[in-house]
Amino acid sequence: MKGNNVLIEGKNLTKVFGFGGNKTTAVDNVSFAFHEGEIISIVGESGSGKTTLAKLIMGLLKESAGTIEYMGKPRRLKRHSDRRKYWKHIQAIFQDPFSSFNQFYRVEKLLLDCIKLQGEKLTKEEQLRRMKEACSFVNLKYEELHNKYPFELSGGQMQRLMIARIFILHPKLLIADEPTSMVDACSRSTILDMLLKLREENNMTIIFITHDVGLAYYVSDTLYIMEQGKVVEKGPAEEVILNPKHPYTRQLISDVPKIHSEWDLA
Amino acid sequence: MNSSFRILIKSPKFMFGACTLLAMIGLVLIYPLFNRSDPLEMIALAYQPPDAKLLLGSDNFGRDLFLELIYGIRTSLQVGLIAGVFATAIGLVIGLTSGYIGGMIDNLLTAVTNIFIVIPSFVILILISVSIDSRSSFVTAVIIGVTSWPWTARAVRAQTSSLRNRDHVNIAKISGYSTPRIIVSEILPYIASYVVMAFVLQTASGILSEASISMLGLGPYNTISLGIIMNWALVFEAPVAGAWWAFIPAAISIAMITFSLYMMNTGMDEIFNPKIRS
Amino acid sequence: MSTHILEVNELKTYYRTRLKEHVYAVDGVTFALEEGKTLGIAGESGCGKSTLALSLMGFYFPPLHFGGGSIIVGGRDIMKLGKEQLRSQVSGREISYIPQAAMNALNPTLRIIRFIEDIMKEHRPELTKKQVWDMAAERFETLNLSPRVLNAYPNELSGGMKQRTVIAISTILNPKVLIADEPTSALDVTSQKAVIKLLKSLLDKGFIRSLVFITHELPLLYHVTDDIMVMYAGEIVERGTAEQMIFDPIHPYTKKLMGSIIVPEEGMKGHKLAAIPGTPPNLKNVPEGCRFADRCKYAQEACRQGKIANKTLGDRTYRCIVEPETLREWYANEGE
Repeated sequence: MKGNNVLIEGKNLTKVFGFGGNKTTAVDNVSFAFHEGEIISIVGESGSGKTTLAKLIMGLLKESAGTIEYMGKPRRLKRHSDRRKYWKHIQAIFQDPFSSFNQFYRVEKLLLDCIKLQGEKLTKEEQLRRMKEACSFVNLKYEELHNKYPFELSGGQMQRLMIARIFILHPKLLIADEPTSMVDACSRSTILDMLLKLREENNMTIIFITHDVGLAYYVSDTLYIMEQGKVVEKGPAEEVILNPKHPYTRQLISDVPKIHSEWDLA
Repeated sequence: MNSSFRILIKSPKFMFGACTLLAMIGLVLIYPLFNRSDPLEMIALAYQPPDAKLLLGSDNFGRDLFLELIYGIRTSLQVGLIAGVFATAIGLVIGLTSGYIGGMIDNLLTAVTNIFIVIPSFVILILISVSIDSRSSFVTAVIIGVTSWPWTARAVRAQTSSLRNRDHVNIAKISGYSTPRIIVSEILPYIASYVVMAFVLQTASGILSEASISMLGLGPYNTISLGIIMNWALVFEAPVAGAWWAFIPAAISIAMITFSLYMMNTGMDEIFNPKIRS
Repeated sequence: MSTHILEVNELKTYYRTRLKEHVYAVDGVTFALEEGKTLGIAGESGCGKSTLALSLMGFYFPPLHFGGGSIIVGGRDIMKLGKEQLRSQVSGREISYIPQAAMNALNPTLRIIRFIEDIMKEHRPELTKKQVWDMAAERFETLNLSPRVLNAYPNELSGGMKQRTVIAISTILNPKVLIADEPTSALDVTSQKAVIKLLKSLLDKGFIRSLVFITHELPLLYHVTDDIMVMYAGEIVERGTAEQMIFDPIHPYTKKLMGSIIVPEEGMKGHKLAAIPGTPPNLKNVPEGCRFADRCKYAQEACRQGKIANKTLGDRTYRCIVEPETLREWYANEGE
C-alpha cells in the first residue's frame, strides 16, 4: 500500500513542442509527488497532455523546463548509461497491445529477453521456471503460448503478456497508458486485478493514464485531473470523485453515464 | 519469415520471374564450363548468320556472338547486383538515420536526398563516366549505385519515422537497449521485405543503366556486357549490314532479365503490401 | 403484432473466409422492435453485434453473405426486395445505418451540404438547391447544430461535431429506424454526451421513430435505450428492459457483463469486478449446447447437449436451461 517515501517528484514541468509561431505547450507547469506503492491516475481527455506527461516521466521526451527528482536526487539522463540505470526501475504498458509487440518474435523470446535484462546468470531450467511463473501469474499457459507469434493472440491475452513482462522485470515504477481501453470489459477486470496484485506483492508505484474517470476512481489512491496541459485538481480519489471542486472535474464526472443516479442530459 | 517465403512460392508472378532469372544465371554459369574458348577470339568471317556451329552467328570481328552474349549477361548481372547492393545499402543507411533520429539531421538528410532526386542521375552518370579514365565494370557498377539510392532512402525514411513512434520501439528504449540494437531488431524486420523489393528493383534499373551508358560508349573497358555488344553493333553498323543477330539477342536478354526482376518485385509486392493483398 | 417497426426472424449471416469456410457471425437471431421503442445491443468484441447491425440493412458485400431468415421493416420482408428497390425505397427512408467509423467516411473534399444534396437528388429530385439548403438548415437548427456547419468541409469539424453531422445527414429523410453502431466509442466523454443528446432529440422530435444502439458500454445503454439485448458468439443470450438487465440479469454471461461495469459512483471502490476466464468460442466450429458453457462456472452436463432454446419470462427472453430462481440463488450464494 501507499508508503510515505516519495519515489518520484516533478517540479514545474513544462513541455513545449515546435518552434517559433507553431509552439504548443503540451504540459504546462505541472508539479507532482508520487509515493512508493501508490497508484496514481492522471485523468484527462485527448489533448490534455496526459500522454506527454507520461513520456516525460518515462524519459522518452526531454522536458523544456522544470526538474524531475527520482528517489530524492535530480534525474540525470544525459548519457546512455545514466538512462539505462534509470530505466532499470521504470517500465510501461501501452494502450495498443497490437503495436506493443515486435510481431517477428515469438512469445518465448519476448519473455527470455526480459529475463536477460535482469542481468543475472541463470540456468536454462531456472529461466524456464521464471517464464512459467510469470505466465501463470497472468493466467496464461506457457506451454500453449511459447511458440506463438503475438498476432496469434487476442488483445486481452497480449495485454496480459505485457503484465507478465512487468512481473519478471518488477520495476519500481510502472506507467500504464490506457492499458484497458482496447480490451473488452471482462478482460479489463482481469487486467486491473493483476495490476493491483502487482502493487500488493512488489510495492510498485503505478501511474495510470486514462480518460475514464470511473476506472481511475476504481483503481487509484490519488487522482490528478488534467485539462489543456495543466493539472486542475488533485487529491485522494474518494475526495476528487465524490466531492469535486474544480468545474472541469465536475463536468468530466457529470458527462459519464452512471447506473445508480440520473444522468443529466439537459 | 519462413511463412512469408512459403507464400512467395505460391505467387505465380514471383515464381515465373525467379525461374526465368535462375535459368539464365544457370546458363551463364554452366555454358563457359563446356565451351572454354575465349569470347574475344576471332573464329569466323564478319557477320556470319546463325548456323549449327555459331548459334547466333558472328559479329564484325568474326567472334562467336553466342559466347559473347553469355559473358555479356554475366557481366550485366554482376553490374546490376553490385549497383543494387550499393544503392540499397546507401539508401538504407541514410533512410534509417534520417527517419530514426529525426529533427535537424532528418531535415538535412531529406534535403540532400531531394537534391539527388531532382538532379537527373543519368547526367551525373555520364559526367562521372567521362571524367574517370580507367573504368572497370566494378567502377561502373559503383557509379550507378551511388547515383540511384535516393528513392530507397526516401521510402525507408518514411517507414522508419512511422515505426519509431510505435510502442514496441518505446518499450525497447525503456528496456535500455542501445540504438543500433533497436534499429536491427525492432525496425529492420518490419522494413526488410520492402528493402528486398527495392533491391530487386534497383538491380533491374542498374542493368538498364549499364546498358544505356555502354551503348553510348561510356561503359566499362576490357570486358563484355550486353550494352557493349549493342554498342559494337551500333558502331560497326550491324543494322545497315542486316546483321540482326548482332544486337537483337542482346536486347532481348536485357528485356528478359529486367522483366523477370520486375515480375519478382510485383509478386513480392502483392504479398508484402497489405493494401494490395486485401 | 402490427406495431412492430422491425422484425427479425432466425436471421443468419456468415463470412466466407479465404479457405472457403463459413463463419456464422449472426446465427439464428430473432427479435422485434416496437414502434417508438429503443433497443440496445451489447456484447464483447467479436460477438457479432456489429455484423448484426450491418445485416439489418439488407446489403451484403463479400465476404459477408446472407444465410437465411427474414428482416421485416414496416411490414415488408426486405430480403425479398431487389437491390435497386432496397436502395431507393428502404435505406435512408425506412431504416438508416451509421457505421462505426462513419465520421471518417466523409469525403474531405466536399462541403457538408453536398452530401445532403446528393441524398435529395436521389430521393426528392423535385427540390431546388435553395430548398434543400433551407430544409437542411432548419433541420440542423432544430437539432442544436449550427447551420454554418453545412458550409464547412469535414476536416474543419472536430470529431464529435463530425459524428453529430453524420447522424443529422443520415436521418434527413426521417427514417423509421436508426441503427447506430458504436457511435460514441471513439469520442471523448463530452462529445459522447453531445451525441447522446442529439439521438434523444431526434427521437423526441419524431425525426426517427425507433433506435437500435450498439455499444459495449453498458452504463450508456442504461440511459439511452428502453431494452437491452446481450449477444454472445452470434446468438442472443438475453433480452429485457434496461433496468432488469443491469440490476437483475438472469443469464450467467449477462451477470458477468454487468458485474464488470465501472462507474465513478460511491461504493465503486472496494467493489469486486467480475471477470470471465477463458475466451469466447471460435465461431468456425461452435460447441454443441450452450456456447457460454466453457466459461460458465455453473455449467452442467445438460448444458453441453443439443440446442439450448430461448425461454420467455414475462417480457424477457433468456437462453439458459437453469430456472431464473435457481440462478439468482446461486448468485446470492457466490456473493456476486
